[in-house]
Amino acid sequence: MNFEFSADQMQLKDIARKFLEKEETVKRARTILEGEESYDKDLWSQVAEMGFTATVIPEEYGGLGLGYLELCVIAEELGRSLAPTPFSSSVYLATESILQFGSDSLKQINLPSLASGEKIGAFAHTESTTSPTEENISCEFKDGSLNGSKIAVTDGDVADFFIVSAKSGSEVGLFLVESSSDGVEVTSQPTLDPSRSHAAISFKNAKAETLDSGWSNITTLLDRAAVLFSFEQLGGAEACMNMAKEYAMGRYAFGRSIASFQAIKHKLADMYIAVELARSNCYYGAWALSTDAPELPTAAATCRVSASQAYHECSKENIQTHGGMGFTWEFDCHLYYRRCRQLAANIGSQSIWKDKLISSLERANQI
Amino acid sequence: MDFNDTQEEAKFRKEAYEWLKANASLKEGPKDGWRAASEEEGLKEVKVWQKKLHEDGWACMHWPKAYGGRESTPIERVIWGQEVSKFKVPGGYLEIGQGMAGPVMMMYATEEQKERYLPPLATGEEIWCQLFSEPAAGSDVAGIKTKAELDGDTWTINGQKVWTSGAHFSDYGILVTRSDPSVPKHKGLTFFFVDMKSPGIEVKPIKQISGGANFNEVYFTDVKIPDSQRLGAVGDGWKVSLTTLMNERLAVGDASGPDFEEAFTLARGQDLNGKLAIENDAVREKLADWYCQQSGLKFAKYRNISALSRGETPGPQSSITKIVSGNKLQEVANFGLDILDSAGIIRSDEDGAEQSMYQYGFYGAAGIRIAGGTDEILKNIISEQVLGMPQDMRADKGIPFNEIPSGNK
Repeated sequence: MNFEFSADQMQLKDIARKFLEKEETVKRARTILEGEESYDKDLWSQVAEMGFTATVIPEEYGGLGLGYLELCVIAEELGRSLAPTPFSSSVYLATESILQFGSDSLKQINLPSLASGEKIGAFAHTESTTSPTEENISCEFKDGSLNGSKIAVTDGDVADFFIVSAKSGSEVGLFLVESSSDGVEVTSQPTLDPSRSHAAISFKNAKAETLDSGWSNITTLLDRAAVLFSFEQLGGAEACMNMAKEYAMGRYAFGRSIASFQAIKHKLADMYIAVELARSNCYYGAWALSTDAPELPTAAATCRVSASQAYHECSKENIQTHGGMGFTWEFDCHLYYRRCRQLAANIGSQSIWKDKLISSLERANQI
Repeated sequence: MDFNDTQEEAKFRKEAYEWLKANASLKEGPKDGWRAASEEEGLKEVKVWQKKLHEDGWACMHWPKAYGGRESTPIERVIWGQEVSKFKVPGGYLEIGQGMAGPVMMMYATEEQKERYLPPLATGEEIWCQLFSEPAAGSDVAGIKTKAELDGDTWTINGQKVWTSGAHFSDYGILVTRSDPSVPKHKGLTFFFVDMKSPGIEVKPIKQISGGANFNEVYFTDVKIPDSQRLGAVGDGWKVSLTTLMNERLAVGDASGPDFEEAFTLARGQDLNGKLAIENDAVREKLADWYCQQSGLKFAKYRNISALSRGETPGPQSSITKIVSGNKLQEVANFGLDILDSAGIIRSDEDGAEQSMYQYGFYGAAGIRIAGGTDEILKNIISEQVLGMPQDMRADKGIPFNEIPSGNK
């Protein structure tokens, strides 16, 4: 059995971690959170220079032609380091849409500039507080143009193009709309995690191109992305666990390190349990994604639920372990707490993914 | 990343499977398995099976061949475990002897003693128990009081042990005692092995909340043990105990009983408030949680096996198994009984009755969360040994054992 990342993949992970540490990405996340910029342009160009944005794009389209396991280890480090870039939108969602469902001409036009980071793509799916379904999507594509509006589009204010879910006749599918097209209006939306920008977008007879689609393709896109989001969440969860431990070791109360109190130790043990379950499930997701396994829907939902739970547990209990200091603007705990919520909501809520998990097990009866 | 065997592993797996196929019958479904009519019958069947295993070289696989083992690698033991789980074969009774007494004898007994005692452990002819816990020393097992006094070459033992699984059918036991109460807790312990037929040993079964009686109180009244049966130096008993405690934590793994599959199947066939339980969102959320826990444990195990397959030492991720599976079992059992509504209260002696399995899990989980290290002790171990956090402050540190406050429970 070889249920592990290879030595090369672990080395890539180490390179990514060291690079992101050197770039002080947590500080950068705070700068974006507090400032006017939507993302860290300098960091983004360095991430692209490292080749991270090009990881799974085939060489013929200007990519590195590596596999999804490589992308998983990069995702974990980006999550751990809170990197304030549009990586998840552009790579896990927009690039994936084109790779999986784009025509060759769409690939020719978009993939090289996605690989180099010159172009940023975003996924526009949510329309209201109700989770999007095949029945409730109201954006509509007809005769080459798209009408309707979307909200909470992550990186929507900086994207060069959007992958938009919309109905077309009796089917719901994916469409590509350039943000510079006539009839596209982008409005920034303030969010609970300002280190990641969001926007509302309206389309009025905006020119759109069709991707090879159908609702099942949207499901597949979300399943594939869920594995990569899970790795980001796992990295963030582990970072919170380590922060909590370091703080507890150095903080003294009642004449002793608070890390010697069982109340704190058991809290940390619970975090460890959540992180280990999530890591093991993420590996399952990585395996399913990288091998195009028929188990992907089950594996994706499993790792998504598990990693969301771990990040929630670790980010809230990290604040708790820090006591009053954890609640201050000055300490970094809240950066993770915010990002945890942002990532957990990004491609569908916990309840939705739990329901997907049970549905996929019912379908497969694969237990 | 894959789940495949190496060529050597595949060859070994085939060999194991073929031997099992020739000597046992395959399980007919996930709920199928070996069951004995009674404890006595079970013991007989286990001994017959173990003898067969030993004859063909499948007993105590990682032990030296000289003592009845096979000198197998850790990955071979894992593969054997995976293959054997497909078959209906007798089990139980021998784990404590082979898993805990064996290693400590291997490490501390004389060559002559090893030659005498290890082979019958491997063949299943002799059964051993572990005499550690006492009424006033559970999680704080170093706080035991059973007294050992040396006169010439003979020790005299007085005191009481408790929770001793299998003491009533064991031939020998490993025993930790207090030989010097005037020094601090961990320093005055001495370790022995003892013939359970010795005069002065009295075994009384303890009735558990399930109604069964798998473990016992064991009373020692002027029991004589020759000094030659001491394992490790006088006063070194704690160090010797740690060898077996580490093995115990590895041995007590997954909680057995209804799991996700059973709850899922039940929810798909059982009505709840006019529709199938599986259509209830609260039920779906719970099922999803258990599936994720079960899957997380399964793939943590695969990560361990991968490390073993590469010849490396597995990471500490297996330390979470008992906590997660014990708590999951308790919740699944409670759910199963709840879904059966008032009928879940009724006991049924009918074999295979739905509620029996959940009732068994309902009782069993309460015990699993305590046996072999409570949830709380395991969380201490995770935080100290895995995360490197400091020990809690102890009120008994450096104090002679006989001056430590002991309360009245």
